Amino acid sequence: MPIDLHGPGMWYATRAAGLVTLLLLTASMLLGVMTAGRLSSDRWPRFLTVGLHRNISLLVLVFLALHVTTTVLDTFVTIPVTAAFVPFASSYKTFWLGLGTIALDLLLALLATSLLRNRLGYRSWRRVHWLAYACWPIGLAHGLGIGTDRATTWVFALTVVCAAAVAAAAAWRLVTAARLGTR
Amino acid sequence: MNYELRVNPIACDGHGMCAELLPEIIELDPWGYPILVSTSVPRSLLDHAKRAAAACPTLALLVNKAR
Amino acid sequence: MAAGHGGPAGYTVTELALLTDRQPDLGLPRLLAGISYYDVAGLRDHEQQYGPLPLWGTSGRRRPGRLIDVVDASGLTGRGGAGFPTGRKMRSVASGPGAAVVVANGAEGEPASCKDRLLLTRLPHLVLDGITLAAHAVGAREAYLCLHGQETELLNALDEALAQRSRAGLDPVPIQLTGIPGRYVASEQSSIVQYLNGGPAKPTFSPPRPHQRGVHGRPTLVNNVETLAHLALIARFGDRWFRGIGPPSAPGSTLVTVSGAVRRPGVYEIEMGTPAGQVVTLAGGAAERPAALLVGGYFGAWLPARAAWPVPMSHAALKAAGGAMGAGMVIVLPVSSCGLAETARVVRYLADENAGQCGPCMFGLPALADAMADLAYQGGRGRALERVASLAGLVAGRGACRHPDGAVQLVRSALRAFESDARWHDHRGPCPGVARAPLLPVPGDADWD
Repeated sequence: MPIDLHGPGMWYATRAAGLVTLLLLTASMLLGVMTAGRLSSDRWPRFLTVGLHRNISLLVLVFLALHVTTTVLDTFVTIPVTAAFVPFASSYKTFWLGLGTIALDLLLALLATSLLRNRLGYRSWRRVHWLAYACWPIGLAHGLGIGTDRATTWVFALTVVCAAAVAAAAAWRLVTAARLGTR
Repeated sequence: MNYELRVNPIACDGHGMCAELLPEIIELDPWGYPILVSTSVPRSLLDHAKRAAAACPTLALLVNKAR
Repeated sequence: MAAGHGGPAGYTVTELALLTDRQPDLGLPRLLAGISYYDVAGLRDHEQQYGPLPLWGTSGRRRPGRLIDVVDASGLTGRGGAGFPTGRKMRSVASGPGAAVVVANGAEGEPASCKDRLLLTRLPHLVLDGITLAAHAVGAREAYLCLHGQETELLNALDEALAQRSRAGLDPVPIQLTGIPGRYVASEQSSIVQYLNGGPAKPTFSPPRPHQRGVHGRPTLVNNVETLAHLALIARFGDRWFRGIGPPSAPGSTLVTVSGAVRRPGVYEIEMGTPAGQVVTLAGGAAERPAALLVGGYFGAWLPARAAWPVPMSHAALKAAGGAMGAGMVIVLPVSSCGLAETARVVRYLADENAGQCGPCMFGLPALADAMADLAYQGGRGRALERVASLAGLVAGRGACRHPDGAVQLVRSALRAFESDARWHDHRGPCPGVARAPLLPVPGDADWD
């Protein structure tokens, strides 16, 4: 059965992949904060936190690739491939799509530096990794602003829950960092 | 080819993942910093040692070829 | 120009005592031959006493490698504490890639040591000659003289000395005076290199070592100023002259700072291998009955007085006796003082002076200081001694530099030298000696001026 590039199928795929990306990225952010904040217990060792953080981040890339590919292939709206990597290069919803592009570029930077950590050295890697705190909200803004599922209640609710979770985690991180001093 | 284990004490921040992943060689002191029970890595533990080094958030655990 | 600074318990350390100890039959003094009672040795006095800078032979500038061969043959070892063979260090720096860098370490971090200060204040041209000769020998194009930044008077005086030399056309590689922070760890060799590279004055993780990659990534020769002063004389008089005194395994002369309960505390030049007791006698003898000697400074070791007296002052001999030479300090502890209390104060100082980089030192040393203070001032419950011993084992060897190791060596030697005292303290509490005014200088302490 040939894939209908003009029908709603691609569009559903894009939205689904985008939503899963948001969920996975949120999970990755939470696990990243847990790693830095040294959260662990008798039954949840620290290597599990950092291992999940890394694997889920790689999974984010998979679903993001799916999200971008289906968007580009969808012929209902013309979005060139370049718009996936160059911000604000699409004529369709230029600004909100552009935000998504920025988030993707940031994520690629985070992943590339993390995979090359041993060559780069800890300090350079750390400086780039702070961009995660920019990547996530920009991605979230892209999802909300692009307007596709804003009216769908459960999607909106899910987005709000993700935002609340990351906000809470970031706040906790600030408090514990201040308390632990150099750590 | 023998391998040896080293901790960069300046980079080490006491996260403790190394001790979880290589408990045969690494213990933690009362403040959470690693104590190397031995500096040489037996062949059977080499993969675990490399995994422990990769897991370190600050790249403080070093697995090097012994000279 | 009265040279002296007030010490604790009324013992003044003066730098003038050395004048009465000329031992011509031994060929001493050598470095201190040019010291005058009142003045800094200016360039002319310096050249009159020791001869001109031997950078040029009869046929132009001497071959750089020649000096390294001579230093090698002389057996000169570092006078900054580690005692590493200087010729070997110079050779490895000279053979490194690219132009080398010479750093003279005049930042005397040890509170109980004044020898470097003496050289820089009274005989600066010896040190400056040494720097220039070393720079020529290793092919360096940059040279630095580092001392504590708050010594503004000394820095100005050295500036003038350098200006004098430049007018006389002496130093082909200009020597850059650098003031470094006054912290204890800042005078460590890798700290100085990191500071010169624009970073904080804190030790770094090795490899690479300075002689491989140091200042600006180049092979860097870091030497104590006394070592360079000896080098300046070896370049003039040769390796056989240098070996003329001292045992074959530890040739030459060295400067020692003697303080504590002695009649004439000060800096003395001795033949390497002089027994520790004789050094105390040189300094006028003990002022009170001695209980123990602290040799080698705060990273050195305590030795009971009777055991210490015949031990030759050299790296190998002191190590064999369970002590350490360090940068040549001898502090005499009288029986009326408590060695554990003195050690507890010093360990507290060392704990406060940690660089804050390595967990075991940052957390372990203060815990060790607490345990020592407990043993010295409270004790009485039979647990303090064990705690000190176990903490010492936990902290040693786990930092990036030798700071925790030095403190542990001091503590362990105290537990050995004052073994019966330690057991008394542990079971009965502090001894009367604890109440005595403190002897060992600890900067920032209310009693130490």
